[in-house]
Amino acid sequence: MADAVHRRPPIVAFTAMAFVLFWLVIAAFPFAWTVWGSFKVQSDFFSRDSWWNAVVGANTMRLTDSPFTNAGYYGAWVTTEFWRAALNTAIIAISVTVISMTLGTLGGYALARSTYRYRFVILVAALFFRAMPDITLVSGYLLPFFQLNIWGYLPTAIIVLVALNQPFTLWMMYSFFQGIPRDLDESALVDGCTRFQAFRLAIMPVMWPGVITTGLFSFLLAYNDFSVSGLILTERNQTMVPKIASYLGKIQSDGNIMFAVAAVVSVTLPIFLLVMFFQRYLVSGLTAGAVKG
Amino acid sequence: MPHSTFFRFMGPSLVAIFLFIALPIVSIFVQSLHIEHPQVIVVSETCQPFGGCVETTSVNAAATAELRAAQPLGQFNGFGTYLDRNHLAVAELGTILSDTTGMSDAISRIYNLPLYRALAFTIAYTAVVTPLAMILGFLIALAVNTVPQILKGPVVFFSLVPMLITPLVGALILYWMLNVEGILGTAIQSLFNDPDLSTRTSAPLTWATLMTYGIWTNAPFSFIVFYAGLQAVPRETLEAAMIDGANRVDRIRFVVLPSIRPLVFFVLLVQLMDNFRVFEPIISFNAASNATSLSYLIYSSLNTQTTQLFGSAAATSVITIGFITVLIIPVLLRVSRELLAGKT
Repeated sequence: MADAVHRRPPIVAFTAMAFVLFWLVIAAFPFAWTVWGSFKVQSDFFSRDSWWNAVVGANTMRLTDSPFTNAGYYGAWVTTEFWRAALNTAIIAISVTVISMTLGTLGGYALARSTYRYRFVILVAALFFRAMPDITLVSGYLLPFFQLNIWGYLPTAIIVLVALNQPFTLWMMYSFFQGIPRDLDESALVDGCTRFQAFRLAIMPVMWPGVITTGLFSFLLAYNDFSVSGLILTERNQTMVPKIASYLGKIQSDGNIMFAVAAVVSVTLPIFLLVMFFQRYLVSGLTAGAVKG
Repeated sequence: MPHSTFFRFMGPSLVAIFLFIALPIVSIFVQSLHIEHPQVIVVSETCQPFGGCVETTSVNAAATAELRAAQPLGQFNGFGTYLDRNHLAVAELGTILSDTTGMSDAISRIYNLPLYRALAFTIAYTAVVTPLAMILGFLIALAVNTVPQILKGPVVFFSLVPMLITPLVGALILYWMLNVEGILGTAIQSLFNDPDLSTRTSAPLTWATLMTYGIWTNAPFSFIVFYAGLQAVPRETLEAAMIDGANRVDRIRFVVLPSIRPLVFFVLLVQLMDNFRVFEPIISFNAASNATSLSYLIYSSLNTQTTQLFGSAAATSVITIGFITVLIIPVLLRVSRELLAGKT
């Protein structure tokens, strides 16, 4: 499309391109560097002599006869049982996404189709709840959870994260359903469907782009959560992010910091795969949904 | 939609919000009015036939545990926790204001009070990171929009990396690189020719590092929203502006910016809320001696080696919610107006 709107003088095009490259280096280099360094020994990744050691792995070569070592990964996943944390995170993140999307889709649909004023009260309250830092509520959970004897279990963390997720999910799904023409479900109602049948037959087939975008954010929230799952789960039920935080105190002194480096890489790769797969929904979902203002 | 249908659809979501958001707010308020039971101290007197009597005090652990189990909330303390040195520090503030020798003396003494110290960093972080990340994100969106179509997918993906990485982990990655033995740490040392330079030792450098991290991790969100918005800027208006002789900057100012205005509000709102809860980078950067935030204070009251300080954590939580309410009320009013006008 070499039309007038998209034509740019070379200097503008060059500046823009240089800026994009500069930004890409800033955005992606730290992680790339950490992935590469996670296969080295500590004296290479944290080298007093020269940063070049982390690239070629001089000490890794000397200590292990190979420029790459998976000692960090072995230490994290096997020795310190990172696999258990990974399993807990998978259970929590998937359950939270499925449950909060189910609740949020139904609620968002009702909010978008209701004509009464009280829906605004719910939306404004949801916005306020979204603004409160999660950790302010954690101190309210602990004592009641101790008393009810539900502290420390995975289902507790799941239901808490679902609730904390609701305000955001409701807003996203509300905006998304506002963009779906009312005629679609109202004609189903005229044809004699109940509200729920109309939702199931007319709305469900067209709601998936919105559900995927919102679901992706819900998944990230549950997966990345540190403050809630760090404080309401027992050590055995710990998820990956608090586990990495616990490495910082314990392992740094034992000289096993490469365990933490390997764990950091392990926790990030699944997110990348997920986003690579769903990227087009992220951009199009934001254009279609919440972003309309 | 009739009321009954509405509440049937909305029900599960409302129950979850009520049980795990609304009730806990009540719970932290009640908790903030209580304080942990002191340890039960037993004073016993041991007398020896000729040596006189010696009083010894000891902690009766069993009685303490029993008392704490019987009344887990602790004892009623009214607003005592709010007013003590670790929170609003009313008495200390009074002393500082009455015998201060000047503005800078008062500020530095107030800054030594934990809550005000945390508040100072939280506000500074929010005020610096929010606008800078938004501007950076907008510039990236403009630049990425000029990239050839075939490269857009990968460029967008790699631009999102800082946002996708878990906050704790992203901060940790930068912390390791900025470590005196890491690549950026050594680079900075040789740049300033100072082998002892470390971002951890001075407060201003710690603040700058944390804020740089904040801009790095928040810019992609602004970028992706603005980028999505740029795709929807009307072509006809752009062409009309060109015909009227508007140059590149004019077109951004008078066509692009007005058409993404609602997005600016949306991004500003989300970023304000997210930046105000800044917490994880302080853990990752091990920065608590130079910078703390309100969220960090709550966490450190709960994550203790011995007894968790529920009263203190709850009081800080209530104060934090108070601040966020002040911050968010103009936004809530604006959103309510727009909702009532039927614009959203």
